Amino acid sequence: MKVLVAVKRVVDYNVKVRPTADGSGVDLNNVKMSINPFCEIAVEEAVRLKEKDPATEIVAVSIGPQQAQEQIRTSLALGADRGILIKSDTDLEPLAIAKCLKAICDQESPDLILMGKQSIDGDNNQTGQMLGALTGYPQGTFASELIVEGGKAKVTREVDGGLQTVGLSLPAIVTTDLRLNEPRYASLPNIMKAKKKPLDTTSPEELGIDTTPRVTTLKVEPPPERAAGIKVADVDDLLYKLKNEAKVIS
Amino acid sequence: MSILVIAEHDNSSLKPATLNTITAAQSIGGDIDLLIAGADCGGAANEATKVSGIGRVLVADNPAYGHRLAENIAPLIAEVGASYSHILAPATTTGKNIIPRVAALLDVQAISDISSVESADTFKRPIYAGNIIATVQSSDSIKVLTVRTTAFDAVSAEGGTASIEALTSIHNSGNSSFIGEELAVSERPELTAARVVISGGRGMASSDNFQLLEKLADKLGGAVGASRAAVDAGFVPNDMQVGQTGKIVAPDLYIAVGISGAIQHLAGMKDSKVIVAINKDEEAPIFQMADYGLVADLFDVVPELNTKL
Repeated sequence: MKVLVAVKRVVDYNVKVRPTADGSGVDLNNVKMSINPFCEIAVEEAVRLKEKDPATEIVAVSIGPQQAQEQIRTSLALGADRGILIKSDTDLEPLAIAKCLKAICDQESPDLILMGKQSIDGDNNQTGQMLGALTGYPQGTFASELIVEGGKAKVTREVDGGLQTVGLSLPAIVTTDLRLNEPRYASLPNIMKAKKKPLDTTSPEELGIDTTPRVTTLKVEPPPERAAGIKVADVDDLLYKLKNEAKVIS
Repeated sequence: MSILVIAEHDNSSLKPATLNTITAAQSIGGDIDLLIAGADCGGAANEATKVSGIGRVLVADNPAYGHRLAENIAPLIAEVGASYSHILAPATTTGKNIIPRVAALLDVQAISDISSVESADTFKRPIYAGNIIATVQSSDSIKVLTVRTTAFDAVSAEGGTASIEALTSIHNSGNSSFIGEELAVSERPELTAARVVISGGRGMASSDNFQLLEKLADKLGGAVGASRAAVDAGFVPNDMQVGQTGKIVAPDLYIAVGISGAIQHLAGMKDSKVIVAINKDEEAPIFQMADYGLVADLFDVVPELNTKL
């Protein structure tokens, strides 16, 4: 079984981002970049599938600038076998990314596509579902448990009221939620080995994908500030203010 | 303009998120139809006809739609929605699961989680875990959107006189199936719809201690939530998580107990009307956005609140 894992290079989750002075975008100068946390969980899940047997080959694919190679190398160090970089110097929208991934699916014919449920920059939560529509494959989004056997995937999904379990015939797309697993750290020998693993480069143009943006960002701004309130002395003071000032309890 | 709103329901009744989504549709302006796809969903459809502001209720009642599997519902919405200018769904896990699949079938770039309607093609939405608000404009002929329900008031569930129209189109992809579900059963109101939310963080120290908050919630008629730290520590299940990657809430009163206030948590509750923080660390970031902060040990204060309320 071949597993395709999509990974994205994003601003590290510890970085507090700010709009640029002119409000045209987000200031990404000299900020630390990392693999999107949800994508890292996807890589870990693929590696576990390979360790447990059903998976035989893991291909890590990323769409982004030349530096996105770093995130592919991270995936290779965690246990992926080879990488594909779809090089694009402009930020692509989820639909364009899904089209690129569809082209890779046509070339690679994976049995399972693992990806994060969303990236922590755009917070779109779209690409996996869109790839499902383009390929016609079923989708198991927000996965907290994945079992692959007998040509089927059983996916437990984190839904608003609790958990839902669905059965998907392969090939299928699974997007990861936080509780699916806890990613391992890459060992130094594996980081060294990852440098020698094959990494091919292509581009949306070579894949024949039209990436013309459909959505324009007109402005970005910080969210409205919430003014800090007051400190209350004790429980009686708190209850008095909630009753008489805020009037939210009676 | 004509707007198709995708209803959130459980076949027997309509979920409140639908009513907030209709308000977002009204701020775009135009005729609004509501689509109910389900199995034996007559109950939800009847409730829908009474909702204010709806023209027609389109009902696709078939076993294939019973569990809202995206593989079956997305082609239905894409087929019905192709003649509308806008397709809206609440940004619930159901909406987020289905809507991008609809958008790709229509070759449209969807816009997720809109928090404000600026015009018929321009919307605001939070990115970077709510640290940035982006204003975005769509050039697609159909706008496909999910709606952050806490950012819009609910329309009235009564007073409407919509007509029901049955849809006969059946899409059954056959490549996915519903196996089962474990839904949390609680006497308390649903987290995202509760007027009062009491959330606990890592400071709660154990699963058992959440009973303190449950007692408080019952006194105030509220729901109990948690920070990601409390969920990750295994104190409570994931569906109680309030935050950017969990549930977004905006109650009248939010009480954060033993929560330091990580960005990802604040993103899930900062639109609450009144925020109370109880934490023994007076440097905790949560105090910077709390209307009322009480620097004290929660194990002293919460029992005292329970007694005095």
